[in-house]
Amino acid sequence: MVLPAVIYIAIFCYGPMYGIQLAFREFDFSKGLTGGEWAGLKYFEQYFNSPMFWPTLRNTFIIAFFSILLGFPMPILLALVVNSIRSNRRKRILQTTVYMPYFISTVVLVALLQIMLSPTTGLIDGFLKALHLIPADTNLIGDPGAFVPVYVISAIWQACGWNSIIFIAALSSVDAQQYDAARIDGANRWQTVWHVEIPAILPTIIILLIMNMGSILSVGFEKTFLMQNSLNKPVSEVISTYVFNVGVKSNQFSFGSAVGLFNTLINFTFLMLANALAKKTSKISLM
Amino acid sequence: MSNSQAAPSQKIKHSGGIADRLYTLVVAVISIAAFIMVAYPLYFIIIASVSNSTMVNQGQVILWPKDINLYGYEQIFKDTRIWQGYKNTIIYTVLGTLLNLLVTLPAAYALSQRKFRARRFIMPLFVITMYFGGGMIPTYLLIRDLNLLNTPWVMIVNGAISVYNLIITRTFFETAIPEELHEAATLDGCSHFRYFISVVVPLSKAVISVITLYYVVGHWNDFFNALLYINTDSLQPLQIVLRNILLSNQAFAGGAGSGAGAGAGSYAQQFADQIKYAVIIVSTVPVLIIYPFIQKYFEKGVMIGAVKG
Repeated sequence: MVLPAVIYIAIFCYGPMYGIQLAFREFDFSKGLTGGEWAGLKYFEQYFNSPMFWPTLRNTFIIAFFSILLGFPMPILLALVVNSIRSNRRKRILQTTVYMPYFISTVVLVALLQIMLSPTTGLIDGFLKALHLIPADTNLIGDPGAFVPVYVISAIWQACGWNSIIFIAALSSVDAQQYDAARIDGANRWQTVWHVEIPAILPTIIILLIMNMGSILSVGFEKTFLMQNSLNKPVSEVISTYVFNVGVKSNQFSFGSAVGLFNTLINFTFLMLANALAKKTSKISLM
Repeated sequence: MSNSQAAPSQKIKHSGGIADRLYTLVVAVISIAAFIMVAYPLYFIIIASVSNSTMVNQGQVILWPKDINLYGYEQIFKDTRIWQGYKNTIIYTVLGTLLNLLVTLPAAYALSQRKFRARRFIMPLFVITMYFGGGMIPTYLLIRDLNLLNTPWVMIVNGAISVYNLIITRTFFETAIPEELHEAATLDGCSHFRYFISVVVPLSKAVISVITLYYVVGHWNDFFNALLYINTDSLQPLQIVLRNILLSNQAFAGGAGSGAGAGAGSYAQQFADQIKYAVIIVSTVPVLIIYPFIQKYFEKGVMIGAVKG
């Protein structure tokens, strides 16, 4: 019964892994994936020496760093808040609402951003200007300085509710006796959060953090790609969009594979590091 | 679910201390802020889609729609590209999700069986693929070599199983379905297949709904696969059509639309935004409709699988 899955994974997941050797070969159209001449590390050197190496690496890191720094704690906070709402009806309304943006596709989200952040007619843009939070001449869609904040904040808007589900579920398994005990010890609500609720969801937090670390450089291709325009390209060209642009669009298959492999290797290193660190400090680990 | 969640917090009676009252206040403020920040933009799209575009752009449409008209929707209705995209997406979503379930559920069942020895090395092989893969180019060339480029099959077959969903399902089978059931069934001479179909699947509605929703949303919103592997206009899914209309402004460039009849390719500029809002609603509503039906299973389904990794 597991056979279809095994066959699929073998072909579609391990097949491309076999194709990784393309990064070390000269791609030859007529000979296919593995027919080209051996080229060694030529394409890696080409990438490391190219003027796009630092910009793509830096942009990828910056987006990933802020996404985790700001995006990771928010769902935990939201879960603690949802868990504290005592009216079931209000809780349900809030949950239903905050989950909803998750179902909006990236294309639609980016379109929404463009409409709402439009410097002349945009709703959010107008709101921020009315409050003097941004200077009147700001163009949030074109301004390179606005790309990362817009990317990160919209990501939080879209996924925060959804990502909080797992923490809400974890909180629901906290034993009622622990709350009673905390109350008898004279803990107020803040102390209960700190000494009962957070420790209860800590294992979930650590596992998810490790998993997120493992994809630190897999900055979402779709959203970056769709948000990219000629104005923000200096800050929005990340490794994955670069692979697409040089690899698929201009048919530099070997070079693109090498860049992609570099990305994967860094991800994997981060995953292993985070996992090892978590294992050492808290004895919780993924593998 | 929400009942069991509420139980512990309801037990904490407010002692009336300042710290506790401040806590309640902070919770109330954050939850109202979160609600408004998410709900208002969604509500705004709805009222903007039926309001006069000029008034929307002047900031006059804040709480209620003004100068109500369905012009945006009328235009979409006439646009053949959207309906072609819709049709393609529905086909990809239905067939793709069916295939997903046919591959995921049996595999999850087999891997949940403790007697199945091979699972000890099959599982890690699956999990590795969540973090390590060939990357965009080798995958692209593989799809090309399999002659799947520019066929509907690439949209259906690629991504036939998500390891994340497999783990959720497997863990559900392991924890929620007692092993004694299988023993009893075996004594009655029931085969694995029979047991899976007539006992396990009916008992697993919760997890099946959850992963079905995941897969449906994935197929419905799939943009990446189409961008990479499809360049025939008539095969493009809704998301690609949407990008052309919403982001590339093709709709307003005057007939630059793909394969549509004259008139459908260009909209009057003054209604551009209204049409965009309407397009957003028309393309998103189908997924939002499924979601409330499955919502009650969410926390349970997600929780069971995800924590074990």
